Amino acid sequence: MSLSLDEVRKIAHLARLSVQEEDLQGYARNLSDILDLVQQMEGVDTQGVTPMAHPLDASQRLRADEPTETDQRDHFQGNAPAVESGLYLVPKVIE
Amino acid sequence: MHEKSIAELATALKDGEVSSVELTAHYLRRIETLDDAINAYVTVTGEQAMEAAKAADEARAQGNAGPLTGVPIAHKDIFCTEGTRTSCGSKMLDNFIAPYDATVVARFKAAGCPILGKTNMDEFAMGSSNETSYYGPVKNPWDTERVPGGSSGGSAAVVAGRLAPGATGTDTGGSIRQPAALNGVTGIKPTYGRVSRWGMIAFASSLDQGGPMARTAEDCALMLNVMAGFDQRDSTSIQRPDEDFTKRLNTPVKGLRIGLPKQFFGEGMDAGVARVVDEAIAHYKGLGAEFVEVDLPHSDLSVAAYYVVAPAECSSNLARFDGVRYGYRCEDPKDLLDLYMRSRGEGFGPEVKRRIMVGTYALSAGYFDAYYLKAQKIRRLIAEDFATAFKDVDVILGPTAPSTAFRLGEKTDDPVTMYLSDTYTIAVNLAGLPAMSLPAGFSDGLPVGLQLIGNYFEEARLLGVAHQYQLGTEWCRMAPGGFE
Repeated sequence: MSLSLDEVRKIAHLARLSVQEEDLQGYARNLSDILDLVQQMEGVDTQGVTPMAHPLDASQRLRADEPTETDQRDHFQGNAPAVESGLYLVPKVIE
Repeated sequence: MHEKSIAELATALKDGEVSSVELTAHYLRRIETLDDAINAYVTVTGEQAMEAAKAADEARAQGNAGPLTGVPIAHKDIFCTEGTRTSCGSKMLDNFIAPYDATVVARFKAAGCPILGKTNMDEFAMGSSNETSYYGPVKNPWDTERVPGGSSGGSAAVVAGRLAPGATGTDTGGSIRQPAALNGVTGIKPTYGRVSRWGMIAFASSLDQGGPMARTAEDCALMLNVMAGFDQRDSTSIQRPDEDFTKRLNTPVKGLRIGLPKQFFGEGMDAGVARVVDEAIAHYKGLGAEFVEVDLPHSDLSVAAYYVVAPAECSSNLARFDGVRYGYRCEDPKDLLDLYMRSRGEGFGPEVKRRIMVGTYALSAGYFDAYYLKAQKIRRLIAEDFATAFKDVDVILGPTAPSTAFRLGEKTDDPVTMYLSDTYTIAVNLAGLPAMSLPAGFSDGLPVGLQLIGNYFEEARLLGVAHQYQLGTEWCRMAPGGFE
């Protein structure tokens, strides 16, 4: 399996990762190697096998729809790179 | 004092031979003089540790001490610790001050254990050598030119170097057991769901599990008594009555049926590791255990299936790092897309980016069935192999890692070679089983780990089987030169 530089660019974009042009070749090689390793799976017949999502096949617990957490917005926003009046600031989205 | 195990320290504190303030100060002094050589701590929280030690001594004076009150420990820097930077070994979280305590941290605080500091780790727990940490690699205290393993390499190294009596770790594909093996310490990955994942920064949610690392199985049992338990805040936490993990420490192994998976004893294992494992088998035979060969026919596929499941879940979990709410943000973003792309591109290291990209690819339109679904099916086959084996045997035994600690830089150029260091540990995570590593000897002066795998919820049995071995051997009591 060999990924092209364009494929790596596309994957990086989907993952929202900027990758330097000079690093693309290295990623292409590494990712291709990893996909080669993963390819071993093709040799196994998995017809009729139920995919396993949880080791103990547990299902999601339900709870009453009642608030369990208190408002800690200011506390949590202490870690934000830019906030104003309780809002997270990002570059202008609408012109 | 630092030569004592957690169990011995607990007794010394109870008998008034030492106070928590003295003990904690002693460990902080050792960290100050010795950690520079191994880079195992990312953050040392001396002031808070001394305050907690004082509170622990006061609680004891008032008759309110629990089994571990006053025993200082370290936490892997993946566990959120309120008011303390929790970096996860990443530039992305270099500026992140955790606004709350992980359940594991809260439980140790409630138990009266002062926190010495946060231990170094592979970035976002992705690595087997600690070389992907933003803060530089941890060095193995047995040979500082070698890796400590990963991703809980810092936790393993602080225990080996006697810079903490015990430390927490997490294990997604071997990240407690492999570094435990490479540093000559004991560590257990519990059954999936035993230890709360709340506040434990997520890598691969269906595989991640926290656990203790310490010198002995008895110490791990004492720590697990604090760590494990149902947590409403973790949707995958198992609802079971609390258990005393020390309850089987004194159960003899006579008549125990131990399975040896033939797939774990084939090519790829170093001769020195094979010799040590054989000697451990002979020791257990001497204690009256019976050995039978078991077949885990799909275990050879575990690395392949893991490198789909883990990256897929990682790509989803790490989508939360967007440069908006917390963590690293790039300089002068020109628009929102640029903000996302560069904050993530600059904030994550190369291994994390590789795994995010593999996961993104595996989950992208048209590939889901061929990769993720296929891997989940193989996961089922791997779990069924273990279920069949456990009809015949009580525990499974084998090597933890195929080799002893390798040299720094030896495998950094080739991710796939690095991934194969987890070849014996990964199947356990895919199946969700409990497993541990304990020191079993040395090869060329470097520690070798023995792996014990148990059936679901059989941590107490595993710890007992390990404890019986440690009663008759000295390996878990040996300290690296310069750290005695």
